[in-house]
Amino acid sequence: MKKLISMLVTAALAITSVFALAGCNSAKETGNGTEGGNGASDFKVGAIYINSQNDTAGYTYAHHHGITEAMKQVGLDPAKDLFIVDNVPEDDEKVKQAIDQLAGNGCNIIFGISFGYINAMEEKAKEYPDIIFSHATGYLSNDKNFNNYFGRIYQARYLAGIAAGYKSLATGNNNIGYVSAWGTEYAETCSGINGFALGVLAVNPDAKINVYEISTWGDQELERQAAETLIDTYGCGVIAQHCDSAQPQIVANEKGVFGCGYNSDMTKEAPNAHLVAPVWNWDAYYATAMKAAMTDPSTFMTTVGNYYEGLNSGLVDVSELSANCEPQTKEAIELAKKMMISGEWDVFSGVKLSFSGDTGSVTVEKTNSALVTNDGKEIVAAGGPSVDDGVIQGSMNYYVEGVTQVN
Amino acid sequence: MLDVLTLFLFNIIVYNIPLLYGTTGEIMIEKSGSLNLGVEGTMAIGAVAGYLVGARCDNLFIACVVSFIASGLVGLLFSFLTVTLQANQNVTGLTITTFGVAFYYFVGNALSNSPEGWPKLSGTRLDAQSQAIHIPGLSDIPFIGKAFFSHGILVYAGILIAVLMWLYFKKTVPGLKLRAIGENPAAADSLGVNVALYKYAHIIVGSGIMGLGGLYMGLNMGGTFEGSNCWINGYGWISIALVIFANWSPAKAILGTFLFGFFNTLRVQNAALAYAFPNALGWLTKIPSHFFSALPFIITLIVLITSSLTAKGKSGEPQAIGRNYYREDR
Repeated sequence: MKKLISMLVTAALAITSVFALAGCNSAKETGNGTEGGNGASDFKVGAIYINSQNDTAGYTYAHHHGITEAMKQVGLDPAKDLFIVDNVPEDDEKVKQAIDQLAGNGCNIIFGISFGYINAMEEKAKEYPDIIFSHATGYLSNDKNFNNYFGRIYQARYLAGIAAGYKSLATGNNNIGYVSAWGTEYAETCSGINGFALGVLAVNPDAKINVYEISTWGDQELERQAAETLIDTYGCGVIAQHCDSAQPQIVANEKGVFGCGYNSDMTKEAPNAHLVAPVWNWDAYYATAMKAAMTDPSTFMTTVGNYYEGLNSGLVDVSELSANCEPQTKEAIELAKKMMISGEWDVFSGVKLSFSGDTGSVTVEKTNSALVTNDGKEIVAAGGPSVDDGVIQGSMNYYVEGVTQVN
Repeated sequence: MLDVLTLFLFNIIVYNIPLLYGTTGEIMIEKSGSLNLGVEGTMAIGAVAGYLVGARCDNLFIACVVSFIASGLVGLLFSFLTVTLQANQNVTGLTITTFGVAFYYFVGNALSNSPEGWPKLSGTRLDAQSQAIHIPGLSDIPFIGKAFFSHGILVYAGILIAVLMWLYFKKTVPGLKLRAIGENPAAADSLGVNVALYKYAHIIVGSGIMGLGGLYMGLNMGGTFEGSNCWINGYGWISIALVIFANWSPAKAILGTFLFGFFNTLRVQNAALAYAFPNALGWLTKIPSHFFSALPFIITLIVLITSSLTAKGKSGEPQAIGRNYYREDR
């Protein structure tokens, strides 16, 4: 009897914890599941997430928020028309199972948000030619029903760099810190660091950007300690970040320095420190993709295709400037933003911007100047065109002049 | 550049004291002959419960009491399952870990999504570091004062608990009886020691101590809840290894915590040390940073191997550990 009770209690515990941990590791079965037909009324969206759909911050949250917002914009009901498989690791078998499940639910388009879903999605796109597969951060596609999408977050980081640059001029402290998940190993982090650094240098050419690489996408404790080290040892007066949590901003707040967050407006976590954060508005892409797929899925690859947009589409942007920003910041950011939206200028080109002037009369000047790495290699000659998108997305592995990795 | 060294020593203590709580708590439980693998989960539950109530009341003492009680209740559950119902200790412990961490996310997500939101601290911050106690004289010593004598109450409490526990095992009659149960429960039982009562009491108190460590970690993270990783961050598991490292002695646990803490802090601060002392420590930059990330665990591995090779007689490992005591089996 005792054994029986103990087994039951243990089993009950295990079951509750599995439910609590996984949240809902299965697609919602609320839709009516009819297949075929692409009318708005029975259009169904599938999504595969790396973390839980119940997250309240971070990567999965940003995408889930974007998908649900976009569905509302195009007249779909997320409660009825969205099917989710979440907590899916980057494992081909698991991803394929998730895709099969979503296909069974009658989804017309399936979004996969994590890089490692790439091979499974490519394979399944062949198996289900009537479903559109859309993969974030990847580089594979076909000409019929499989695309990839990402954004020029480095443009938004450049704008945040401007805010940091003005702050460093005002405080007279040229040391700027940057807590980064990875350094030159990933083009995503590397181009972000460089974009930010060039923004800082456009305002304060004497600034030095100190990068601390924590070698993991998410570890609150390391993020905190890295920020502490940058402030206490390297004397940094502004802390920027490319990592999951708001810890670097919280540390900046505690230590009375300033910071630029990431992914969301972190002013609420660091009211006295936070300046501005580069943010993603994924709904900009999701609405475009859903609209195209609802209108005519057969032309998806010509109407949407592989999607790599920036400030122009609203996919990336900066959060609202906080009151901690220097007065000239807003004008300077507007100027730079306008040039990037019009396509007149981009960050990684042989032309550099420099900002001068006081509030109300901030001016921007373009000068031809080579893009040089921090070990003196010339990447783009003075006046030359921007670095290829393929490099920015996939192979950038150098820091620009002014950046030092401290660890 | 003495600041770098001070910060290094300061961080060894500040960031690694939770390990001492986890380790001493687990030692207390293992000395009673029970192996509890639920440290991670027990700490997580203590952290969430203590932090939430403490933040609502804005009172560190209440936070401590609540986290001790919450984790103590987890200990009660573990005792009920393994002592009364004779469930397998490994399975029960692992279940508690899964459950506890999931509980952390469950409550955290639910609260963050609720209109009220995750409680924000107001007034005096409930932060372990800002609770630093100024000890007249000692805190003012240059260099050492900041590194060793400018900590919050929970740092000193952790060390005090370890010392008291060491005295309890060595110098008191209940401590002796407890060790007897861990070595041979049948023999202790035949001498009239209430085995079940002793196990229950020590598992509950040990779990409560772990809860304080969990609360400490939450406070150290500024109490922000985010989806990315749990406050406990694997420290519960490291604590279990440190128990063996410390050879089941709470006094050696202090040493083990700081030794592990040294390497744990080195992985973050190695570049800063090299930067501050380019001549003496400049060579640190030549070592790949990933090696430093692995170092604390390599050291743990080495210590586990060497301590496993120690002669059985010198080992502090309770002989009856992991085996449920079933009176009718005698």
